[in-house]
Amino acid sequence: MKEDTTLDLGALGLDAGALLLVKRALRALPTGARLEVRGESPDLGHQLRAWARGQGHGYGEQDGRRWISPGGVGRWAGAERAGGVAPAGVVERPSARWGLAARGALVEAGSPALHFSLDEKSMVWSEDAGRLYAQAVAAQWDPETAIPWDAAIPHDEEVEDAVVQVMTYLIENETAALLVPARFLGQLHPHFREVMQLLAVTTADEARHIEVFTRRARLRRTLLGLSTHGGQASLKTLLEEPDFGLASFLLSVLGEGSFLSLLWFLQEHAPDPITRQICKLAAQDEARHVAFGLAHLSRHVSLDPGLRGRLALAVQHRHQSLAQTAGLNEEVFDALVVLAAGGFDPTQIAQGYERVLTLQADMDHGRKLRLERLGFHPEEAAALSALHTRNFM
Amino acid sequence: MTLLLGAVAYDPKVVTIWEGFCAFFAKHGLKADYVLYSNYERQVEALVAGQVHVAWNSPLAHLQTQRLAARRGWSTTAFCMRDTDQDLTSLVLVRRDDPARHLADLKGKVVAVGAPDSPQATLIPLSALAQAGLTPGEDVTVQVHDVLRGKHGDHVGGERDAVRALVRGDADAACVIDGNHLLFTREGALPAGAVRVLYQTPPYDHCVFSALSVGPAEQIHRLKELLLGMSYDDPEVRPLLDLEGLKRWREGRVSGLAQLDEAIERFGTIDGWLAEAGSRL
Repeated sequence: MKEDTTLDLGALGLDAGALLLVKRALRALPTGARLEVRGESPDLGHQLRAWARGQGHGYGEQDGRRWISPGGVGRWAGAERAGGVAPAGVVERPSARWGLAARGALVEAGSPALHFSLDEKSMVWSEDAGRLYAQAVAAQWDPETAIPWDAAIPHDEEVEDAVVQVMTYLIENETAALLVPARFLGQLHPHFREVMQLLAVTTADEARHIEVFTRRARLRRTLLGLSTHGGQASLKTLLEEPDFGLASFLLSVLGEGSFLSLLWFLQEHAPDPITRQICKLAAQDEARHVAFGLAHLSRHVSLDPGLRGRLALAVQHRHQSLAQTAGLNEEVFDALVVLAAGGFDPTQIAQGYERVLTLQADMDHGRKLRLERLGFHPEEAAALSALHTRNFM
Repeated sequence: MTLLLGAVAYDPKVVTIWEGFCAFFAKHGLKADYVLYSNYERQVEALVAGQVHVAWNSPLAHLQTQRLAARRGWSTTAFCMRDTDQDLTSLVLVRRDDPARHLADLKGKVVAVGAPDSPQATLIPLSALAQAGLTPGEDVTVQVHDVLRGKHGDHVGGERDAVRALVRGDADAACVIDGNHLLFTREGALPAGAVRVLYQTPPYDHCVFSALSVGPAEQIHRLKELLLGMSYDDPEVRPLLDLEGLKRWREGRVSGLAQLDEAIERFGTIDGWLAEAGSRL
């Protein structure tokens, strides 16, 4: 038997925090030793006896002295470290039993298994996720103060109609852009913390975009514009894509990539400073969403070159399933022409029309560049870009 | 043959516990199933009637089994128990500023207890009062806090209500098991330092697995082996042990039931039930 260690609690009772000191002393106790607990709290003996019994420790009293003999039962036997807290500590396939535990925590053996379907590093991870998340957090803007809501809207009613139609279209598309990452967020193993955080802030970005587009549309109107079968059919294919890689390719790389061109276009041609500022801020956020999609897919493709073929197939399938739909609604197209024209004079309309064709060419160019970044040959990239949905997103 | 275990459903977690235990037993080659009862009296009669082979019994239910089985000439054993059921004590609490120094000082006062059939919060403490010369109901007013009758005080609610009555001033003393004194403080039902311990009973034991001398000895022996072999270090078993509130199973013993035995003899607690149940044998 080792020599006993003594702990003096003074007047502190077990019902007032002394347990912390008892547990601390037991942790430091040499194997085979007992802990003598002294103290003046009148209930110390009763409470210590009951607590020790519940913990599986022995308890003894003699001549007014009290001892605890550690029971040696180990809750932490077989516990496992859930990877490392730093990004370098991310493992290829985290255990389902790590569940919600912080990456790097010591997880009790036998913890319940939580099955997350996105649990492979190759499918979801990017070394850029942490940096993009930090950038996203730093770039959050407050719609109340970042948009000049009180600025004058000098244009006529027909131009305002065009603005409201474009806003209606943007709200619908941003709703899809919110729901797609939100669905995958619930399937992602929390071990990939930075990706989880980035997807969370992405959905928050989209929520804010929906807010400002709605608020802009309501500035001078109580009714919103049109929503078409073709537009929703196109977005439905995004929502129904069950594969994270394919969905983020279609949504982020191709869809949001095209939207970047659209938002820049509106930043330049919208008729009022409110709409221009909204589109400028939304474009900054969308650029990050596109960057993450590209980053994790580039990594995924480098580990699994077969993915490139699946991405191409996904574009072709989507094109086939949308072949019979109208794509971009005419009203949106016309509204964009009106906004780029700035008036209804035939010369202005000709210019507006030309600008919208240039926009579509810009979108196509951007898609091709991003496809090439994923390793597609230029001809293949051009063919795939041409198959992208006419609804833009 | 499937070994049938009886247990009382005092809480929904009971299903999780016995499903888990039976899966563990099956994994180790013992076919076992469980039957849940709504109260201990029903379970004791079922055990003596041979409807189950063993029963997870409150200490009072074990004594009831002993007495009822004896009428058929059978003996009863307590073959296994939790480590946390050994050497418990009950406390009689008074408010910090109460002038009482001994149990006898409670003469004429109101004593809050748990359920009428609770060994720890009613029968054993009231027996201690009687031993100190105070007849419950005559020398002290007994204030009963009954939550789930027939569960023999397994539900902690009765003791919590008794302590609240003491803190409110509706009672002058409250009887609780020692572990709950600390629990209620941590929960906030009992403000730290608001009460003090007037009396602590000698140690006694609590729940046991009961079996009859006519039970299937081989399977019961195997059950006991498996229980005693359960290790808190085993991550599969640990959550069940946590739910059932133990670190390891121990050999059963009845030496720790003497105080309760004395109490039910003193108060005639189970006489009426025994006569009725005996007539149904």
